[in-house]
Amino acid sequence: MTTPTLVAQIRKGFRSGTLASFALDVEIDVPPGITILFGPSGAGKSTLLDCIAGLTRPDAGRIASGDAVLFDSEAGINLPPQRRSAAYVFQSLALFPHLSAEDNVSYGLAQLSAAERRACTVEILESFRVASHGRHKPGELSGGERQRVALARALVTSPRVLLLDEPLSALDAGVKFEILEDLRGWNAARRLPILYVTHSREEVDALGERVIALDHGRVVATGAPREVLDAPRRLRLAQAAGFENLLAATVLELRQADGVMRVRLETGDAELEVPLAHAAPGDSVRLAIRAGDILLATERPSGLSARNILPGKILSLEPRSTFVTARVDCGATFAVHLTPGACRGLELAEGQNVWMILKTHSCHFVQE
Amino acid sequence: MNLTALLLSLRLAALVSLILLLISLPLGSWLAFGKWRGRFLIEAVVSLPLVLPPTVLGFYLLIAMGSRSPLGRLWERLFGHGLVFTFEGLVIASLLYSLPFAVQPVVAAFRGVDPKLIQASAVLGASPLRTFFRIIAPLAFPGLVTAFVLSFAHTLGEFGVVLMVGGNLPGITRTVSIAIYDSAQSLDYASANSMAMVLLGFAFLALSIVYAMNRRVWTPWTPR
Repeated sequence: MTTPTLVAQIRKGFRSGTLASFALDVEIDVPPGITILFGPSGAGKSTLLDCIAGLTRPDAGRIASGDAVLFDSEAGINLPPQRRSAAYVFQSLALFPHLSAEDNVSYGLAQLSAAERRACTVEILESFRVASHGRHKPGELSGGERQRVALARALVTSPRVLLLDEPLSALDAGVKFEILEDLRGWNAARRLPILYVTHSREEVDALGERVIALDHGRVVATGAPREVLDAPRRLRLAQAAGFENLLAATVLELRQADGVMRVRLETGDAELEVPLAHAAPGDSVRLAIRAGDILLATERPSGLSARNILPGKILSLEPRSTFVTARVDCGATFAVHLTPGACRGLELAEGQNVWMILKTHSCHFVQE
Repeated sequence: MNLTALLLSLRLAALVSLILLLISLPLGSWLAFGKWRGRFLIEAVVSLPLVLPPTVLGFYLLIAMGSRSPLGRLWERLFGHGLVFTFEGLVIASLLYSLPFAVQPVVAAFRGVDPKLIQASAVLGASPLRTFFRIIAPLAFPGLVTAFVLSFAHTLGEFGVVLMVGGNLPGITRTVSIAIYDSAQSLDYASANSMAMVLLGFAFLALSIVYAMNRRVWTPWTPR
Protein backbone atom coordinates (compact mmCIF):
# COMPACT_ATOMS: atom_id res chain seq x y z
CA MET A 1 0.00 0.00 0.00
CA THR A 2 1.38 3.39 -0.88
CA THR A 3 0.68 6.64 0.89
CA PRO A 4 -1.10 9.26 -1.25
CA THR A 5 0.70 12.18 -2.83
CA LEU A 6 0.97 15.20 -0.59
CA VAL A 7 -0.29 18.33 -2.31
CA ALA A 8 0.63 21.72 -0.90
CA GLN A 9 -0.23 25.23 -2.02
CA ILE A 10 1.35 27.67 0.37
CA ARG A 11 1.57 31.43 0.58
CA LYS A 12 3.47 33.01 3.39
CA GLY A 13 4.92 36.50 3.70
CA PHE A 14 7.45 37.79 6.19
CA ARG A 15 8.26 41.28 7.17
CA SER A 16 11.43 41.82 9.12
CA GLY A 17 12.01 45.46 9.97
CA THR A 18 13.21 47.49 7.02
CA LEU A 19 14.40 44.44 5.07
CA ALA A 20 12.55 43.61 1.91
CA SER A 21 9.73 41.28 2.78
CA PHE A 22 10.26 37.67 1.83
CA ALA A 23 7.37 35.73 0.45
CA LEU A 24 6.93 32.03 -0.09
CA ASP A 25 4.45 31.28 -2.84
CA VAL A 26 4.57 27.70 -4.06
CA GLU A 27 2.45 24.86 -5.26
CA ILE A 28 4.12 21.47 -5.01
CA ASP A 29 3.30 17.77 -5.19
CA VAL A 30 5.21 15.23 -3.16
CA PRO A 31 4.41 11.84 -4.72
CA PRO A 32 5.43 8.52 -3.15
CA GLY A 33 9.21 8.24 -3.39
CA ILE A 34 11.94 10.77 -2.81
CA THR A 35 11.50 14.37 -3.98
CA ILE A 36 14.46 16.66 -3.52
CA LEU A 37 13.90 20.27 -2.57
CA PHE A 38 16.94 22.09 -3.89
CA GLY A 39 17.89 25.72 -3.76
CA PRO A 40 20.30 28.30 -2.38
CA SER A 41 20.06 29.18 1.29
CA GLY A 42 17.31 31.65 2.01
CA ALA A 43 15.19 30.25 -0.81
CA GLY A 44 12.44 29.27 1.65
CA LYS A 45 13.09 25.52 1.87
CA SER A 46 12.88 25.23 5.66
CA THR A 47 9.87 27.54 5.83
CA LEU A 48 8.09 25.29 3.36
CA LEU A 49 8.80 22.22 5.50
CA ASP A 50 7.68 24.05 8.65
CA CYS A 51 4.39 24.94 6.95
CA ILE A 52 3.75 21.32 5.96
CA ALA A 53 4.61 20.04 9.45
CA GLY A 54 2.34 22.63 11.09
CA LEU A 55 5.14 24.46 12.91
CA THR A 56 4.53 27.64 10.90
CA ARG A 57 1.11 28.81 9.79
CA PRO A 58 0.85 29.81 6.13
CA ASP A 59 -1.05 33.02 5.31
CA ALA A 60 -3.13 31.15 2.79
CA GLY A 61 -3.27 27.87 0.95
CA ARG A 62 -4.15 24.23 1.30
CA ILE A 63 -2.14 21.18 2.34
CA ALA A 64 -3.66 17.76 1.84
CA SER A 65 -2.66 14.12 1.63
CA GLY A 66 -5.36 12.09 -0.12
CA ASP A 67 -8.60 12.77 1.75
CA ALA A 68 -6.86 14.14 4.80
CA VAL A 69 -6.76 17.94 4.83
CA LEU A 70 -3.98 19.23 7.06
CA PHE A 71 -4.46 22.91 6.34
CA ASP A 72 -7.03 24.88 4.40
CA SER A 73 -7.19 28.61 4.95
CA GLU A 74 -10.58 28.91 3.25
CA ALA A 75 -12.21 26.08 5.19
CA GLY A 76 -10.52 27.25 8.40
CA ILE A 77 -8.69 23.95 8.90
CA ASN A 78 -5.32 24.01 10.61
CA LEU A 79 -4.36 20.73 12.28
CA PRO A 80 -1.75 21.08 15.03
CA PRO A 81 1.58 19.34 14.31
CA GLN A 82 0.77 16.38 16.57
CA ARG A 83 -2.27 15.52 14.45
CA ARG A 84 -0.68 15.86 11.01
CA SER A 85 1.41 12.71 11.07
CA ALA A 86 4.08 14.53 9.11
CA ALA A 87 7.43 13.18 10.32
CA TYR A 88 10.24 15.71 10.35
CA VAL A 89 13.99 15.22 10.74
CA PHE A 90 15.62 18.55 11.57
CA GLN A 91 19.12 19.50 10.58
CA SER A 92 20.04 19.34 14.29
CA LEU A 93 18.17 15.99 14.50
CA ALA A 94 16.63 17.01 17.86
CA LEU A 95 17.07 13.60 19.45
CA PHE A 96 15.87 13.67 23.06
CA PRO A 97 19.15 13.72 25.03
CA HIS A 98 17.68 12.15 28.17
CA LEU A 99 16.15 9.13 26.38
CA SER A 100 17.92 6.06 25.00
CA ALA A 101 17.95 5.40 21.24
CA GLU A 102 15.12 2.89 21.75
CA ASP A 103 13.03 5.30 23.79
CA ASN A 104 13.61 8.00 21.20
CA VAL A 105 12.36 5.71 18.45
CA SER A 106 9.34 4.42 20.39
CA TYR A 107 8.37 7.95 21.49
CA GLY A 108 6.04 8.39 18.51
CA LEU A 109 4.33 5.03 19.08
CA ALA A 110 2.42 5.94 22.23
CA GLN A 111 -0.84 4.57 20.86
CA LEU A 112 0.54 1.00 20.53
CA SER A 113 0.79 -1.62 23.28
CA ALA A 114 4.17 -2.04 24.96
CA ALA A 115 4.85 -5.30 23.07
CA GLU A 116 3.99 -3.86 19.64
CA ARG A 117 6.00 -0.76 20.40
CA ARG A 118 9.03 -2.84 21.26
CA ALA A 119 8.67 -5.01 18.15
CA CYS A 120 8.41 -2.01 15.80
CA THR A 121 11.35 -0.29 17.48
CA VAL A 122 13.63 -3.31 17.26
CA GLU A 123 12.67 -3.92 13.63
CA ILE A 124 13.46 -0.42 12.45
CA LEU A 125 16.65 -0.12 14.49
CA GLU A 126 17.80 -3.30 12.73
CA SER A 127 16.87 -1.90 9.31
CA PHE A 128 18.99 1.14 10.04
CA ARG A 129 21.75 -1.00 11.55
CA VAL A 130 21.77 0.58 14.99
CA ALA A 131 20.03 -2.22 16.94
CA SER A 132 23.15 -2.78 19.05
CA HIS A 133 22.95 0.83 20.27
CA GLY A 134 19.35 0.66 21.51
CA ARG A 135 20.25 1.33 25.12
CA HIS A 136 22.65 4.18 24.42
CA LYS A 137 21.76 7.83 24.89
CA PRO A 138 22.27 10.17 21.90
CA GLY A 139 25.35 11.65 23.61
CA GLU A 140 27.03 8.24 23.45
CA LEU A 141 26.46 7.74 19.71
CA SER A 142 28.60 8.80 16.76
CA GLY A 143 27.30 11.36 14.27
CA GLY A 144 26.26 8.70 11.76
CA GLU A 145 24.54 6.59 14.42
CA ARG A 146 22.59 9.60 15.65
CA GLN A 147 21.46 10.27 12.08
CA ARG A 148 20.27 6.67 11.74
CA VAL A 149 18.34 6.86 15.02
CA ALA A 150 16.73 10.13 13.95
CA LEU A 151 15.60 8.61 10.63
CA ALA A 152 14.29 5.52 12.41
CA ARG A 153 12.38 7.65 14.92
CA ALA A 154 10.68 9.58 12.12
CA LEU A 155 9.92 6.58 9.87
CA VAL A 156 8.63 4.19 12.54
CA THR A 157 5.46 6.24 12.93
CA SER A 158 4.38 5.41 9.32
CA PRO A 159 3.83 9.08 8.55
CA ARG A 160 1.87 10.57 5.64
CA VAL A 161 5.00 12.37 4.57
CA LEU A 162 8.61 12.47 5.72
CA LEU A 163 10.30 15.87 5.79
CA LEU A 164 14.10 15.86 5.90
CA ASP A 165 15.92 19.17 6.38
CA GLU A 166 19.54 18.58 5.37
CA PRO A 167 19.82 15.70 7.83
CA LEU A 168 23.18 14.49 6.50
CA SER A 169 24.98 17.79 5.95
CA ALA A 170 27.34 17.24 8.89
CA LEU A 171 28.54 13.78 7.80
CA ASP A 172 31.49 12.74 5.67
CA ALA A 173 30.75 11.25 2.28
CA GLY A 174 31.24 7.55 3.12
CA VAL A 175 28.83 7.48 6.05
CA LYS A 176 26.40 9.71 4.17
CA PHE A 177 26.00 7.32 1.23
CA GLU A 178 25.58 4.26 3.46
CA ILE A 179 22.73 6.04 5.25
CA LEU A 180 21.15 7.20 1.99
CA GLU A 181 21.29 3.60 0.74
CA ASP A 182 19.49 2.41 3.89
CA LEU A 183 16.88 5.13 3.51
CA ARG A 184 16.28 4.18 -0.11
CA GLY A 185 16.10 0.50 0.85
CA TRP A 186 13.56 1.16 3.59
CA ASN A 187 11.40 3.27 1.32
CA ALA A 188 11.60 1.05 -1.78
CA ALA A 189 8.84 -1.22 -0.47
CA ARG A 190 6.87 1.37 1.48
CA ARG A 191 6.79 4.22 -1.02
CA LEU A 192 6.30 7.05 1.45
CA PRO A 193 6.33 10.55 0.02
CA ILE A 194 9.66 11.97 1.19
CA LEU A 195 10.60 15.63 0.79
CA TYR A 196 14.36 15.93 1.15
CA VAL A 197 15.97 19.35 1.48
CA THR A 198 19.59 19.62 0.50
CA HIS A 199 21.96 21.86 -1.33
CA SER A 200 24.49 19.10 -1.80
CA ARG A 201 24.84 18.01 -5.38
CA GLU A 202 26.21 14.63 -4.21
CA GLU A 203 23.05 13.89 -2.27
CA VAL A 204 20.89 14.83 -5.25
CA ASP A 205 22.81 12.43 -7.47
CA ALA A 206 22.61 9.64 -4.89
CA LEU A 207 18.89 9.97 -4.20
CA GLY A 208 17.59 11.71 -7.22
CA GLU A 209 14.24 10.72 -8.52
CA ARG A 210 12.72 14.13 -8.76
CA VAL A 211 13.92 17.64 -7.97
CA ILE A 212 11.96 20.76 -7.12
CA ALA A 213 14.20 23.82 -7.39
CA LEU A 214 13.21 26.72 -5.18
CA ASP A 215 14.54 30.25 -5.31
CA HIS A 216 13.30 33.45 -3.66
CA GLY A 217 10.26 31.58 -2.38
CA ARG A 218 9.18 30.39 -5.85
CA VAL A 219 9.44 27.06 -7.64
CA VAL A 220 11.81 27.73 -10.54
CA ALA A 221 12.06 24.22 -11.96
CA THR A 222 10.69 20.72 -11.42
CA GLY A 223 11.85 17.48 -13.00
CA ALA A 224 14.57 14.85 -13.09
CA PRO A 225 17.83 15.96 -11.44
CA ARG A 226 19.69 15.97 -14.76
CA GLU A 227 17.16 18.28 -16.40
CA VAL A 228 16.91 20.67 -13.49
CA LEU A 229 20.47 20.86 -12.26
CA ASP A 230 22.59 20.16 -15.32
CA ALA A 231 20.90 22.88 -17.31
CA PRO A 232 19.82 25.38 -14.68
CA ARG A 233 17.75 28.24 -15.98
CA ARG A 234 18.39 30.60 -13.08
CA LEU A 235 21.64 32.18 -12.04
CA ARG A 236 21.25 31.54 -8.30
CA LEU A 237 20.32 27.95 -8.93
CA ALA A 238 23.39 27.54 -11.16
CA GLN A 239 25.55 28.87 -8.35
CA ALA A 240 23.92 26.53 -5.87
CA ALA A 241 24.22 23.58 -8.24
CA GLY A 242 27.96 24.09 -8.45
CA PHE A 243 28.55 25.80 -11.78
CA GLU A 244 31.90 27.39 -11.06
CA ASN A 245 32.07 29.44 -14.27
CA LEU A 246 29.37 32.03 -14.83
CA LEU A 247 30.20 34.30 -17.77
CA ALA A 248 28.49 37.14 -19.59
CA ALA A 249 28.63 36.95 -23.38
CA THR A 250 27.21 38.62 -26.50
CA VAL A 251 25.57 36.65 -29.31
CA LEU A 252 27.45 37.05 -32.62
CA GLU A 253 25.81 34.70 -35.07
CA LEU A 254 23.07 32.03 -35.15
CA ARG A 255 23.57 28.79 -37.09
CA GLN A 256 20.08 27.40 -37.07
CA ALA A 257 20.93 24.38 -39.25
CA ASP A 258 23.66 23.19 -36.86
CA GLY A 259 21.64 24.02 -33.73
CA VAL A 260 24.45 26.23 -32.43
CA MET A 261 25.40 29.87 -32.16
CA ARG A 262 28.63 31.79 -31.66
CA VAL A 263 29.06 34.14 -28.74
CA ARG A 264 31.88 36.45 -27.60
CA LEU A 265 32.75 36.62 -23.90
CA GLU A 266 32.34 40.09 -22.45
CA THR A 267 35.76 40.05 -20.79
CA GLY A 268 38.52 39.36 -23.30
CA ASP A 269 37.68 38.54 -26.88
CA ALA A 270 37.41 34.73 -26.74
CA GLU A 271 34.62 33.28 -28.87
CA LEU A 272 32.65 30.15 -28.05
CA GLU A 273 30.26 27.90 -29.90
CA VAL A 274 27.27 27.20 -27.70
CA PRO A 275 23.88 25.49 -28.12
CA LEU A 276 21.28 27.50 -29.98
CA ALA A 277 19.04 29.51 -27.72
CA HIS A 278 16.14 31.87 -28.22
CA ALA A 279 18.28 34.94 -28.91
CA ALA A 280 19.27 37.35 -31.66
CA PRO A 281 22.73 38.64 -32.65
CA GLY A 282 23.73 41.43 -30.28
CA ASP A 283 21.79 39.99 -27.31
CA SER A 284 23.52 39.57 -23.98
CA VAL A 285 23.41 36.07 -22.52
CA ARG A 286 24.86 34.45 -19.42
CA LEU A 287 26.67 31.12 -19.61
CA ALA A 288 27.20 28.54 -16.89
CA ILE A 289 30.01 26.03 -17.31
CA ARG A 290 31.12 23.41 -14.82
CA ALA A 291 34.80 23.49 -13.91
CA GLY A 292 34.80 19.70 -14.26
CA ASP A 293 33.53 19.87 -17.88
CA ILE A 294 36.62 21.70 -19.17
CA LEU A 295 39.70 19.84 -20.45
CA LEU A 296 43.26 21.16 -20.50
CA ALA A 297 45.96 20.26 -22.99
CA THR A 298 49.59 21.38 -23.12
CA GLU A 299 49.64 21.35 -26.94
CA ARG A 300 47.01 22.41 -29.40
CA PRO A 301 44.92 19.28 -29.90
CA SER A 302 43.66 18.18 -33.31
CA GLY A 303 41.11 15.64 -34.42
CA LEU A 304 38.71 16.41 -31.57
CA SER A 305 34.93 16.63 -31.75
CA ALA A 306 34.91 19.46 -29.21
CA ARG A 307 34.31 22.75 -30.99
CA ASN A 308 35.85 25.18 -28.54
CA ILE A 309 39.62 25.16 -28.20
CA LEU A 310 40.96 28.30 -26.54
CA PRO A 311 44.57 29.26 -25.78
CA GLY A 312 45.22 30.44 -22.25
CA LYS A 313 47.69 30.72 -19.41
CA ILE A 314 47.56 29.08 -15.97
CA LEU A 315 47.26 31.77 -13.30
CA SER A 316 47.20 29.48 -10.28
CA LEU A 317 46.89 25.84 -9.21
CA GLU A 318 45.09 25.22 -5.91
CA PRO A 319 45.05 21.64 -4.63
CA ARG A 320 41.76 20.60 -2.93
CA SER A 321 41.02 17.28 -1.25
CA THR A 322 40.25 15.20 -4.36
CA PHE A 323 40.97 17.59 -7.21
CA VAL A 324 43.06 20.58 -8.25
CA THR A 325 41.47 23.88 -9.26
CA ALA A 326 43.35 25.58 -12.06
CA ARG A 327 42.59 29.23 -12.85
CA VAL A 328 43.15 29.77 -16.55
CA ASP A 329 43.23 33.18 -18.19
CA CYS A 330 42.06 33.33 -21.79
CA GLY A 331 40.77 36.88 -21.72
CA ALA A 332 38.23 35.81 -19.11
CA THR A 333 39.33 33.70 -16.15
CA PHE A 334 38.01 30.13 -16.02
CA ALA A 335 38.09 27.65 -13.14
CA VAL A 336 39.03 24.15 -14.31
CA HIS A 337 38.99 21.01 -12.15
CA LEU A 338 41.66 18.37 -12.74
CA THR A 339 42.57 15.23 -10.87
CA PRO A 340 45.87 15.51 -8.97
CA GLY A 341 47.19 12.71 -11.21
CA ALA A 342 46.37 14.61 -14.41
CA CYS A 343 47.99 17.71 -12.98
CA ARG A 344 51.22 15.77 -12.27
CA GLY A 345 51.08 13.85 -15.57
CA LEU A 346 50.91 17.05 -17.63
CA GLU A 347 53.53 18.68 -15.37
CA LEU A 348 51.36 21.77 -15.15
CA ALA A 349 52.82 24.86 -13.50
CA GLU A 350 51.68 28.39 -12.85
CA GLY A 351 52.42 30.71 -15.79
CA GLN A 352 52.32 27.86 -18.30
CA ASN A 353 50.51 28.23 -21.62
CA VAL A 354 47.73 25.67 -22.14
CA TRP A 355 44.74 24.95 -24.37
CA MET A 356 41.25 24.81 -22.91
CA ILE A 357 38.77 22.44 -24.54
CA LEU A 358 35.04 22.88 -24.10
CA LYS A 359 32.19 20.88 -25.60
CA THR A 360 29.38 22.97 -27.07
CA HIS A 361 26.81 21.25 -24.86
CA SER A 362 28.79 21.88 -21.68
CA CYS A 363 27.76 25.53 -22.06
CA HIS A 364 24.40 26.26 -20.41
CA PHE A 365 22.34 29.42 -20.38
CA VAL A 366 21.02 30.96 -17.21
CA GLN A 367 18.72 33.86 -16.46
CA GLU A 368 19.49 36.48 -13.86
CA MET B 1 18.60 26.16 70.86
CA ASN B 2 14.87 26.44 70.29
CA LEU B 3 13.97 23.08 68.73
CA THR B 4 10.25 23.90 68.47
CA ALA B 5 11.01 27.00 66.42
CA LEU B 6 13.45 25.11 64.19
CA LEU B 7 10.94 22.31 63.50
CA LEU B 8 8.21 24.86 62.81
CA SER B 9 10.47 26.62 60.31
CA LEU B 10 11.36 23.34 58.59
CA ARG B 11 7.68 22.37 58.37
CA LEU B 12 6.78 25.77 56.95
CA ALA B 13 9.64 25.74 54.44
CA ALA B 14 8.88 22.20 53.23
CA LEU B 15 5.18 22.91 52.78
CA VAL B 16 5.74 26.26 51.06
CA SER B 17 8.41 25.04 48.64
CA LEU B 18 6.31 22.01 47.71
CA ILE B 19 3.25 24.16 46.95
CA LEU B 20 5.43 26.67 45.09
CA LEU B 21 6.87 23.94 42.90
CA LEU B 22 3.33 22.89 41.95
CA ILE B 23 2.37 26.50 41.22
CA SER B 24 5.51 27.32 39.26
CA LEU B 25 5.14 24.41 36.80
CA PRO B 26 2.03 25.82 35.06
CA LEU B 27 2.88 29.47 35.80
CA GLY B 28 6.48 28.97 34.64
CA SER B 29 5.50 27.20 31.44
CA TRP B 30 2.98 29.93 30.66
CA LEU B 31 5.64 32.60 31.22
CA ALA B 32 8.25 30.65 29.24
CA PHE B 33 6.13 29.48 26.29
CA GLY B 34 3.01 31.69 26.33
CA LYS B 35 2.23 34.01 23.46
CA TRP B 36 0.55 36.88 25.30
CA ARG B 37 2.70 39.96 24.85
CA GLY B 38 1.85 41.39 28.26
CA ARG B 39 3.57 38.53 30.08
CA PHE B 40 6.30 40.85 31.26
CA LEU B 41 3.78 42.51 33.56
CA ILE B 42 3.09 39.20 35.31
CA GLU B 43 6.83 38.56 35.51
CA ALA B 44 7.26 41.94 37.19
CA VAL B 45 4.49 41.18 39.69
CA VAL B 46 5.95 37.77 40.47
CA SER B 47 9.35 39.36 41.10
CA LEU B 48 8.08 42.19 43.32
CA PRO B 49 8.97 40.38 46.59
CA LEU B 50 12.64 40.46 45.50
CA VAL B 51 12.79 44.23 45.79
CA LEU B 52 10.00 45.16 48.23
CA PRO B 53 10.97 45.60 51.87
CA PRO B 54 9.49 42.62 53.75
CA THR B 55 7.65 45.07 56.00
CA VAL B 56 5.79 46.52 53.00
CA LEU B 57 4.80 43.09 51.75
CA GLY B 58 3.92 42.03 55.29
CA PHE B 59 1.85 45.17 55.87
CA TYR B 60 -0.31 44.62 52.80
CA LEU B 61 -0.64 40.93 53.58
CA LEU B 62 -1.77 41.83 57.08
CA ILE B 63 -4.45 44.06 55.60
CA ALA B 64 -5.43 41.52 52.93
CA MET B 65 -5.77 38.66 55.42
CA GLY B 66 -7.20 40.71 58.30
CA SER B 67 -10.64 40.07 59.74
CA ARG B 68 -12.08 42.99 57.80
CA SER B 69 -10.80 41.82 54.40
CA PRO B 70 -12.86 39.54 52.10
CA LEU B 71 -10.20 36.82 52.34
CA GLY B 72 -10.05 37.07 56.13
CA ARG B 73 -13.84 36.93 56.45
CA LEU B 74 -14.12 33.98 54.06
CA TRP B 75 -11.44 32.09 56.00
CA GLU B 76 -13.20 32.83 59.26
CA ARG B 77 -16.52 31.52 57.91
CA LEU B 78 -14.87 28.35 56.62
CA PHE B 79 -12.54 27.51 59.51
CA GLY B 80 -13.93 29.48 62.46
CA HIS B 81 -10.78 31.52 63.05
CA GLY B 82 -8.87 34.34 61.36
CA LEU B 83 -5.78 34.06 59.16
CA VAL B 84 -3.39 36.50 60.75
CA PHE B 85 -1.20 35.19 63.54
CA THR B 86 -1.84 31.57 62.44
CA PHE B 87 0.37 28.95 60.73
CA GLU B 88 -1.93 28.95 57.66
CA GLY B 89 -1.54 32.71 57.38
CA LEU B 90 2.20 32.26 57.55
CA VAL B 91 2.05 29.71 54.73
CA ILE B 92 0.09 32.08 52.48
CA ALA B 93 2.46 34.96 53.23
CA SER B 94 5.52 32.80 52.59
CA LEU B 95 4.09 31.59 49.29
CA LEU B 96 4.02 35.16 48.02
CA TYR B 97 7.31 36.09 49.63
CA SER B 98 9.21 33.15 48.07
CA LEU B 99 7.33 33.04 44.76
CA PRO B 100 10.13 34.59 42.63
CA PHE B 101 12.65 32.14 44.05
CA ALA B 102 10.60 29.27 42.64
CA VAL B 103 9.26 30.81 39.43
CA GLN B 104 12.45 32.40 38.09
CA PRO B 105 14.59 29.23 38.01
CA VAL B 106 11.69 27.27 36.52
CA VAL B 107 11.14 29.84 33.75
CA ALA B 108 14.87 29.97 33.02
CA ALA B 109 15.07 26.17 32.86
CA PHE B 110 12.03 25.90 30.58
CA ARG B 111 13.43 28.57 28.28
CA GLY B 112 16.69 26.66 28.20
CA VAL B 113 15.05 23.61 26.62
CA ASP B 114 15.90 23.51 22.90
CA PRO B 115 12.69 24.55 21.07
CA LYS B 116 13.54 22.01 18.35
CA LEU B 117 13.06 19.22 20.90
CA ILE B 118 9.60 20.56 21.71
CA GLN B 119 8.76 20.73 18.00
CA ALA B 120 10.18 17.24 17.48
CA SER B 121 7.92 15.91 20.21
CA ALA B 122 4.87 17.55 18.61
CA VAL B 123 5.57 16.21 15.12
CA LEU B 124 5.94 12.75 16.67
CA GLY B 125 2.33 13.05 17.75
CA ALA B 126 2.72 14.04 21.39
CA SER B 127 0.12 16.32 22.96
CA PRO B 128 1.41 19.48 24.67
CA LEU B 129 0.84 17.81 28.05
CA ARG B 130 2.83 14.70 27.09
CA THR B 131 5.59 16.93 25.69
CA PHE B 132 5.65 18.77 28.99
CA PHE B 133 5.99 15.69 31.18
CA ARG B 134 8.22 13.57 28.90
CA ILE B 135 10.52 16.23 27.43
CA ILE B 136 10.36 19.66 29.04
CA ALA B 137 10.14 18.71 32.73
CA PRO B 138 12.92 16.04 32.62
CA LEU B 139 15.25 18.36 30.71
CA ALA B 140 14.45 21.21 33.09
CA PHE B 141 15.05 18.98 36.12
CA PRO B 142 18.07 20.89 37.46
CA GLY B 143 15.98 24.07 37.33
CA LEU B 144 13.14 22.41 39.24
CA VAL B 145 15.55 21.28 41.97
CA THR B 146 16.99 24.79 42.07
CA ALA B 147 13.50 26.22 42.47
CA PHE B 148 12.67 23.86 45.34
CA VAL B 149 15.96 24.37 47.16
CA LEU B 150 15.99 28.16 46.81
CA SER B 151 12.39 28.61 47.94
CA PHE B 152 13.05 26.24 50.85
CA ALA B 153 16.13 28.15 51.98
CA HIS B 154 14.48 31.51 51.48
CA THR B 155 11.37 30.55 53.45
CA LEU B 156 13.51 29.09 56.22
CA GLY B 157 15.25 32.40 56.69
CA GLU B 158 12.37 34.86 56.34
CA PHE B 159 11.92 37.36 59.15
CA GLY B 160 10.16 40.61 58.31
CA VAL B 161 7.04 39.18 56.71
CA VAL B 162 6.67 36.58 59.49
CA LEU B 163 6.90 39.25 62.13
CA MET B 164 4.24 41.36 60.39
CA VAL B 165 1.62 38.68 59.72
CA GLY B 166 2.57 35.91 62.13
CA GLY B 167 3.59 37.70 65.23
CA ASN B 168 5.60 35.62 67.66
CA LEU B 169 3.45 32.78 69.03
CA PRO B 170 5.57 29.82 70.27
CA GLY B 171 4.83 26.63 68.30
CA ILE B 172 2.49 28.45 65.91
CA THR B 173 4.28 31.35 64.31
CA ARG B 174 7.60 31.66 66.10
CA THR B 175 10.03 30.63 63.37
CA VAL B 176 13.72 30.05 63.92
CA SER B 177 14.77 33.47 62.64
CA ILE B 178 12.44 35.13 65.12
CA ALA B 179 13.71 32.87 67.88
CA ILE B 180 17.26 34.00 67.02
CA TYR B 181 16.16 37.62 67.26
CA ASP B 182 14.51 36.93 70.64
CA SER B 183 17.58 35.15 71.98
CA ALA B 184 19.88 37.91 70.85
CA GLN B 185 17.59 40.57 72.36
CA SER B 186 17.64 38.74 75.69
CA LEU B 187 21.46 38.41 75.40
CA ASP B 188 21.25 34.58 75.18
CA TYR B 189 24.07 34.53 72.60
CA ALA B 190 24.79 30.81 72.94
CA SER B 191 21.25 29.86 71.92
CA ALA B 192 21.18 32.47 69.15
CA ASN B 193 24.51 31.20 67.85
CA SER B 194 23.50 27.54 67.74
CA MET B 195 20.36 28.36 65.74
CA ALA B 196 22.21 30.79 63.49
CA MET B 197 24.81 28.09 62.77
CA VAL B 198 22.05 25.69 61.73
CA LEU B 199 20.63 28.28 59.30
CA LEU B 200 24.09 29.08 57.96
CA GLY B 201 24.69 25.37 57.36
CA PHE B 202 21.34 25.01 55.58
CA ALA B 203 22.00 28.01 53.38
CA PHE B 204 25.44 26.71 52.38
CA LEU B 205 24.09 23.24 51.66
CA ALA B 206 21.22 24.67 49.59
CA LEU B 207 23.47 26.86 47.47
CA SER B 208 25.95 24.01 46.97
CA ILE B 209 23.13 21.87 45.60
CA VAL B 210 21.98 24.68 43.32
CA TYR B 211 25.42 25.33 41.86
CA ALA B 212 26.21 21.64 41.50
CA MET B 213 22.96 21.04 39.63
CA ASN B 214 23.57 23.93 37.29
CA ARG B 215 27.16 22.93 36.66
CA ARG B 216 25.73 19.53 35.72
CA VAL B 217 27.83 17.75 38.34
CA TRP B 218 24.99 15.25 38.50
CA THR B 219 22.70 14.90 35.53
CA PRO B 220 20.09 12.31 34.78
CA TRP B 221 21.54 11.88 31.27
CA THR B 222 24.96 11.85 29.68
CA PRO B 223 26.12 15.32 28.70
CA ARG B 224 26.98 15.77 25.04
